[in-house]
Amino acid sequence: MQRIGVFVCWCGSNIAATVDVAAVAEAAKLEPAVAFATDYQYMCSESGQSMIKDAVKEHNLTGIVIASCSPRMHETTFRKTAQAAGLNPYMVEIANLREQCSWVHKNKEEATEKAIVLMRTAVAKLTLNQPLIAGESSVTKRALVIGGGIAGIQTALDIADAGYEVDIVEKKPTIGGKMAQLDKTFPTLDCAACILTPKMVDVATNDKITIYSYSEVEEVKGFVGNFTAKIRRKARYVDEELCTGCGACTEKCPSKKNPNEFNMGLDNRTAIYIPFAQAVPKVPVIDAKNCIKFKTGKCGLCATVCPSNAIKYDQEDTFVEENYGAIVVATGFNPIKLDEFGELGYGQIPDVITSLEYERLMNAAGPTKGHVLRPSDGKKPKKIVFVQCVGSRGQSCREKGYCSKICCMYTAKHAILTKDHYPEMDVDVFYIDVRTPGKNYDEFYRRAVEEYDVNYIKGQVGKIYEENGKVMVQGSDMLGNKQLTVEADLVVLATAIEPDETARSIGTMLTASMDTNDFFTEAHAKLRPVESPTAGIYLSGVCQGPKDVPETVSQAGAAASKVIGLLAKDKLVGNPCVAGSNPLLCNGCGQCANVCPYGAISYVEEEVRGPGVREVRRYAVVNEAVCQGCGACTVTCPSGAMDLKGFTNRQIMAEVDAICK
Amino acid sequence: MSLSINYKAEAENILKISGVNPKKCMKCGKCSGACPAYDSMEYHPHQFVSMVQDGDLEKLMKSDAVFKCLSCFACIERCPRSVAPGKLVEAVRLAVIRKQGMNRLKPEDIPCMLEEELPQQAIVSAFRKYSK
Repeated sequence: MQRIGVFVCWCGSNIAATVDVAAVAEAAKLEPAVAFATDYQYMCSESGQSMIKDAVKEHNLTGIVIASCSPRMHETTFRKTAQAAGLNPYMVEIANLREQCSWVHKNKEEATEKAIVLMRTAVAKLTLNQPLIAGESSVTKRALVIGGGIAGIQTALDIADAGYEVDIVEKKPTIGGKMAQLDKTFPTLDCAACILTPKMVDVATNDKITIYSYSEVEEVKGFVGNFTAKIRRKARYVDEELCTGCGACTEKCPSKKNPNEFNMGLDNRTAIYIPFAQAVPKVPVIDAKNCIKFKTGKCGLCATVCPSNAIKYDQEDTFVEENYGAIVVATGFNPIKLDEFGELGYGQIPDVITSLEYERLMNAAGPTKGHVLRPSDGKKPKKIVFVQCVGSRGQSCREKGYCSKICCMYTAKHAILTKDHYPEMDVDVFYIDVRTPGKNYDEFYRRAVEEYDVNYIKGQVGKIYEENGKVMVQGSDMLGNKQLTVEADLVVLATAIEPDETARSIGTMLTASMDTNDFFTEAHAKLRPVESPTAGIYLSGVCQGPKDVPETVSQAGAAASKVIGLLAKDKLVGNPCVAGSNPLLCNGCGQCANVCPYGAISYVEEEVRGPGVREVRRYAVVNEAVCQGCGACTVTCPSGAMDLKGFTNRQIMAEVDAICK
Repeated sequence: MSLSINYKAEAENILKISGVNPKKCMKCGKCSGACPAYDSMEYHPHQFVSMVQDGDLEKLMKSDAVFKCLSCFACIERCPRSVAPGKLVEAVRLAVIRKQGMNRLKPEDIPCMLEEELPQQAIVSAFRKYSK
C-alpha cells in the first residue's frame, strides 16, 4: 500500500484567491492512500521544499502529490526534491491547480470542487506509479549541418572552434548560399562577398570541417546523440581530388547558352561550370542535361584540355554513411515564384525583375559588371520603381501570410545604392508600411528619403503593363488620395521569401515539426528558439523564420552553442517514460510500428512463456533509447499489449474513474 | 433621397450581406491601385472599406460612385487580405436601389439608349446591376 503525501500550494494568491486550499488539503486526508496532507504559500520555495522532505521522512511516504502550477513549470523541481528525500523521482504527480483551475475560474466554490477532483485524480494515478529508472546513452562527438549558406557556415565554424568535427552537406556545387549572391549588406553597405568569402575559406581550410558539396542527406536514423545519416554525393563528373580549379575546361566548353542560376538567369554559363569565382570548393560541375558529350556522345573537349585528368564522365552518385550526435538544419530560403501575379507582369515584361535579380545587376561580378542596365535593351534606366510586399502579408492562396522581414531594408539599400551610383536616376518606392526596427536600421531608411531623395509612396501597385517601350506602374497614393500611373524603365519587385523546397522532406526525415508555411518550429518560441522539439535537432537561419544576415549569424552561433553543450556530454540521461509491449498480449499485428514516428518498434519471434502459454510468437519490442514516449502505439494497439511507463493504461483509467466518482 | 435611413443599421446590414470583414484590411491600397474606374469614382475602393467600417454610409449612399464602379472585380481578385472591397461596393449599391423608387435604370429609359452595336446581354446585366 502506498503512503502518499499531498502538498497543496497557494502560489501566493494565484491559486489561494480562487481555490480554498485548506479544503483541498482536508479532502486529501480522506483519500485511503493519503498519509499526510498540508497546504503552504509557496511549495517551490526553499522552505516549501524542505517541508516536503521532512514530511517524507516523518510520515514514511512512498510518493507525493504536489497540487500547484502546471507540470511544465515545476515538475522537474519537485522530482529533484523527491530524489533528495530518498524517493524515486517518478513517484511524484502534479495536480495542476493553477493553469487548469484557479486561472480559468472565478467562482471559488466551483473552483475548489474542481481542485479537489484534480487532486484526487493525481492521487489515484500515483497509487499505481512504479519507480522508474532512466537509461543512459552515449554521444557521438560529431555534428551534421544541413545547408552551407551563411547560417550553416557560421554554425559549423563555431562548433569546429570548440574542437568537434562537423560535416556540412550542401546541395549546390558550392557553399555560400544566398549571401554569396548579394551585392552589399545593410545597413553598413559593406560588400557581401568581402565578408562572406573569407568565412568560406575558413570552412574549407578548417581540419575539423568536411564539406560535402553537391550532396544531399538521403536518410537519417537514430536519436539524440546517436544519429546515422546517409549522404548522397551527386556525380559532378569532376574528380574533386585531382581538380586544381584552373578553369581551363569552363573556358573551352562549347555549350555556352545555359541559363546561369547564380546570376538568376540574367546571363548564360557553360555546361561545365564553376558557379562563381570564389566558389568553395573551387571544382567545376558538369550540367549533364546541357553537356554535348552527355547528349550526343561527341565533344569531350573539357577532358582534352584538363591538365590534371580530373574529368570523369563515368562518375556515378556515391554514398557516405556517418554517425552524428547532433544535426543542425540550415536549409535557408528562396524567393517565391511569381507566376500567379499576372497583374505585375513578371515573366511577360522583361524589365520587371525581382530584388534578387537586381542584386545581381548591381554586383560588380554580376552579368552587367555592376552597371544597372535593363534586361530588355541593355540601356541604363532613367526611372526605377520598387514595389514592396510582393507576395508577403497576404491571405489569398497565392500569397504568404507572413512579413518577409528583410525586404524593407534591402529595398532601402537598393534605392540608396542606385542613387549613389546614378544621382540623376529617379527612384520611387511603393510601400504598405516601412518596417525597419533594428540597430541603425530606421536611420538607414530615413537616409534613403532625406539624403538620397528617394520618393516613398504609401500604397500598393495594382497593375503593371507596357506602353510605348515604357513600363507603366499603376498604383495607389494613399496619403495623396489619388491613383498614380508612373512611367518607369525598370521595376523591381520585393518578392516574398519562402523556405527552401527541400525543407519539408528534411523535416519529415528528421521528424522535426514545421509550421503551415514549412518553417521549422522551435521547441519554445521565446525560451528555446534554436532547438527543434525533436531532441538533437537544432535550427539555424531562415529555415526557422525570415531573418537578415546579422540575425542569422546570431542564431547560427546560438545553435552551435547548443550543439557544443550536447557534444560535451559523455552520457545522455534518457526519459524512462517509454513504451513497452507485453509479449503475452501482443499478437504481432504491426500496427504500433506503423504509427511510431521515431521508428522505435521492431518485432522478434521468440518463445513466450506465461500461465498456460509456451509457444514461439512474433511480438513487438521497443528500443527504449529511441522511444520518445509519445504514446501513439499504446492507443493504436488493438490488444492492449502496449503500455507507456509512467502513463499506463491502468493509471489513465484510474484517473478517469477518479474524475467520474 | 427622401426616406429617413438609419445609416448605422444599414452599415451593419451591408457588412452582413457582403460577408466583408473590414478589420482584415491592412490599408495597402492595392484595390485602388488596380481600379480602372478610379478617376470617375468620387469614393475609391479602399475608402468604401473604412467608411462602411466607420458607419459613414450616408456619403456613400448618396454618391454616384456606386454606379461608376464597373464591377470588374479587379479589387476582389487582387486584394491580398481577401477583404474584397468590390463586394462592399455591390452591397452599398443594393442598399440604395432596394429603397422604394430608387431604381437607377427604368425600362422606359432603354429605347433612347439603344445602339446597333449594343449587345442584348449588356441591357440584361445593366438591369440586374442598376434595378431591383
